[in-house]
Amino acid sequence: MKFLIKTIFIITFVVTSLTAQSKDDQVCLDCHSDKTLTKTKNGKVISLFVNGKSFAGTVHEQISCIGCHSDVDPNNLPHSELLNKVNCAICHETPVAHFERSLHAEALKKGLSLAPTCASCHSKHEIYSSKDTRSKTYVMNIPSLCGQCHKEGTQVSGMVNPDEKKVLSDYSESIHGEGLFKRGLIVTAVCTSCHTSHDILPHTNTLSTINRNNISKTCTQCHRQIEQVHLKVIRGTLWEKQPHKIPVCIDCHAPHKVRKVFYDDSFPDDKCMKCHNNRNLQKVIDGKPVSLFVDYNQFKNSAHTNNSCIKCHTNISTAKNPVCLNSGKVDCSICHVPQVDDYNISLHGQKHYSGDKTAPYCTDCHSTHNVQLKRVVSSPTFARNVPELCGKCHREGKNIAVAIDESNRGIVANYRESIHGKGLLQSGLMVTATCVDCHSSHRELPRKDPRSTVNTNNIATTCAKCHLGIFEEFQKSIHSNEVTKTDKKLPVCNDCHLSHEINRVDLTDFRTQIINQCGKCHESVAETYFDTFHGKVSKLGSIGAARCYDCHGAHDILPTTYPQSKLSHDKIIETCQKCHPNSNRKFVGYLTHATHHNKDRYPYLYYTFWFMVILLTGTFTFFGIHTILWFPKALKEKKRIKEHLKKIYEEKRASEDYNRED
Amino acid sequence: MEKIKIESKSRYYERFDAYSRFLHILVIVSFISLALTGMIIKFSGVGLFQTISKIMGGYAVTGFIHRVAAVITFIYFFLHIAYLFRKKNRKGLKFFDLLRGENSLVPNKNDYRELVATMKWFLGKGPRPIYGRWTYWEKFDYWAVFWGVAVIGSSGLILWFPEFFTMLGLPGWFINIATIIHSDEALLAVGFIFTYHFFNTHFRPDKFPMDTVIFTGKVEIDELKEDRPREYEQIMNDPELQKKLGDAPPEFLTRTAKIFGFTALTTGIILIFLIIYSMIFLYN
Repeated sequence: MKFLIKTIFIITFVVTSLTAQSKDDQVCLDCHSDKTLTKTKNGKVISLFVNGKSFAGTVHEQISCIGCHSDVDPNNLPHSELLNKVNCAICHETPVAHFERSLHAEALKKGLSLAPTCASCHSKHEIYSSKDTRSKTYVMNIPSLCGQCHKEGTQVSGMVNPDEKKVLSDYSESIHGEGLFKRGLIVTAVCTSCHTSHDILPHTNTLSTINRNNISKTCTQCHRQIEQVHLKVIRGTLWEKQPHKIPVCIDCHAPHKVRKVFYDDSFPDDKCMKCHNNRNLQKVIDGKPVSLFVDYNQFKNSAHTNNSCIKCHTNISTAKNPVCLNSGKVDCSICHVPQVDDYNISLHGQKHYSGDKTAPYCTDCHSTHNVQLKRVVSSPTFARNVPELCGKCHREGKNIAVAIDESNRGIVANYRESIHGKGLLQSGLMVTATCVDCHSSHRELPRKDPRSTVNTNNIATTCAKCHLGIFEEFQKSIHSNEVTKTDKKLPVCNDCHLSHEINRVDLTDFRTQIINQCGKCHESVAETYFDTFHGKVSKLGSIGAARCYDCHGAHDILPTTYPQSKLSHDKIIETCQKCHPNSNRKFVGYLTHATHHNKDRYPYLYYTFWFMVILLTGTFTFFGIHTILWFPKALKEKKRIKEHLKKIYEEKRASEDYNRED
Repeated sequence: MEKIKIESKSRYYERFDAYSRFLHILVIVSFISLALTGMIIKFSGVGLFQTISKIMGGYAVTGFIHRVAAVITFIYFFLHIAYLFRKKNRKGLKFFDLLRGENSLVPNKNDYRELVATMKWFLGKGPRPIYGRWTYWEKFDYWAVFWGVAVIGSSGLILWFPEFFTMLGLPGWFINIATIIHSDEALLAVGFIFTYHFFNTHFRPDKFPMDTVIFTGKVEIDELKEDRPREYEQIMNDPELQKKLGDAPPEFLTRTAKIFGFTALTTGIILIFLIIYSMIFLYN
């Protein structure tokens, strides 16, 4: 119904003006079709020629001259030379109202000669629809239209900020400009898409479409669902709810130079450095002075060299003085979402948020302005420096050395002596596991926490990050929970290899300790191991003697009844041959865990042993009694012989004396 | 204690020839070596033996010593057999003659009678028996070694070359049996030698602190007469044996014998105390 009324109205209007126009306009053109018709204003010669033919194709063709030039009386010609300016607001009320408050109008009011009027962009009489390719305001033509004044080298470009001097060439190279010029995409953003056509305001104006608080709205006109695309950056609806907490589009995508690259900011660093360059700049927290000095050179050599201050210190407001007053802690999750998510879960994070002053925050490990990539050798997070970094708190003697596990002492010292520590610090192997490789870099949790990477249930997966082949073997072994279903605790990596004290398996310490490790669960078997040769010589410090895993296998251990077991009927000879090259079927019958105390299992050994015991006891008993009985008799015998010999001696001497006398 | 000075004119009788004395030195050296190195592994769970092993240079060194001493044992064993056969041939005896007579170490009826008589004497129900060249306990000593070398030696060879013996068809579990036999028989040998042999021969009051005859070979004829009246009788009736009568052994030989003998005795006593200590604190 409305549409019908509108149509009728327009038709009536057009028809009446048509009749009026053809008559009145002809009167105007009588004079203004003369190309030589001019007037002089402020010493300038201005043509008063109007091309009636070309006017006929414009959006205003149905409107008579006096429709705009309303102060001309067609009945009283020639009219005054000093006509009022055409007031476009007669018809175009809103655009003009917008224009009136715009930067352009402001300049106009100041009488600046460069300031544009409606006609500057739309021309005077040849006004075409912005959808008409001939129009100056056609989307393809807008950059050059605005560029007339704003391109580099113009008078206007001399008056703006340095980074706005080359807007047109920057735009041409931008993704928007490229879309427009190279790909002919007329939906691409042009000047007016962001700045609006008429309501052009400085970005400092809160009503401006390019104000920090509005820019995201402006961009989202085209870039819908930007939050899904930027999920890592803005987390859901943060952009709407707490825009000050996160960077806006232009913090990353510089206006005019919009690319997928980060670039200079709207709030230049030198503004910050004006104050923060001062080495004595301080604030007082809890009565303690805290330096606010920022070493800008250091910052520029950091991993954040391409970021400006404001990118992290987002909570800056021009309403505050200074702008950064109480801007609060930097939220690293602006960019590093997964890391901060992990940190929030970690014990470090939990303690930090519960107010524990000893718990580290991002900056305690990464530092504040001197953030370095972990591949930079001097970075505290560089692999070789990690033990020292964690050791700042977890070293023996420091406050967190024993907080988690009383039994786990000397963490850093033990690590340094471990195979990982030696690999890292002595052999210089940067692929060696450091603290963070096992404990994760941001999600450290005590091992009792089921989410912890060093939890009993997760440790194998953690070790498998590097030792994948071993892990795959282990998963098939009897110790794997995939093979054995039991309520008892199955061993995992660190039960045999220990955690911080982890050793090379071919060295003495590991080889002598492993029996105790296996023996923790396999108690009786470990005991009987020591009754046989292998166990006995290993107690004497033999390294070569077979240990549990030399026969049973280490990670691929299986019960001897399994055909894949190293001790299965088919494989045992091969296994023994590792040390005993001439192993044979009979040889492998040696009972490596035999004990002569088990009558049912090893009757031969049992009876042999007891035969020997009886033999020994019998012999010792007989001769024990023999000796005890002999002793007193022998004492007497000694006395008797002594006296007897004495007598013989005396007799001999007597006979010698007798002989001498003789 | 006042020692009775024996005049140089006193006559001495050579009970052991140089060959036998040399073999006994081989026995002493190898036996003590075997005992010590064997105990180290038998009592490997005792810290003291682990320490001794370390001092000696580790289990590899003690194992090597044990095997060298084992070879010496086999050597003296066969040297002794050769000695017997050489003696038999020289005297034109038959093999059977080795098994009987006063000079044979094979036990006979008389030994049984002497054993009974000795028991009576111990219990005060008879006089001291008239012992001959070999008493029954000396024969036991001899056969203990003979049997010991055979049993410990053969089981030891099985342990030394298990792969070889199992290849010949010996079941694997027999290596375990051999371990028990080797170990416990050795315990018997060591225990016996270092206690009863020491007492019977050296520490019994009438010989205390030691009888050097096994090193010097010579015994005073008057002492022999009291100790072994039957052997004395035999010598007096046999001019062939009287050729073995002579002067006292040289002073240096007696002194060397004493030093060596005391060293061996002391070592043996220490070892026996170590065994007792280990048996109490570890052995299962």
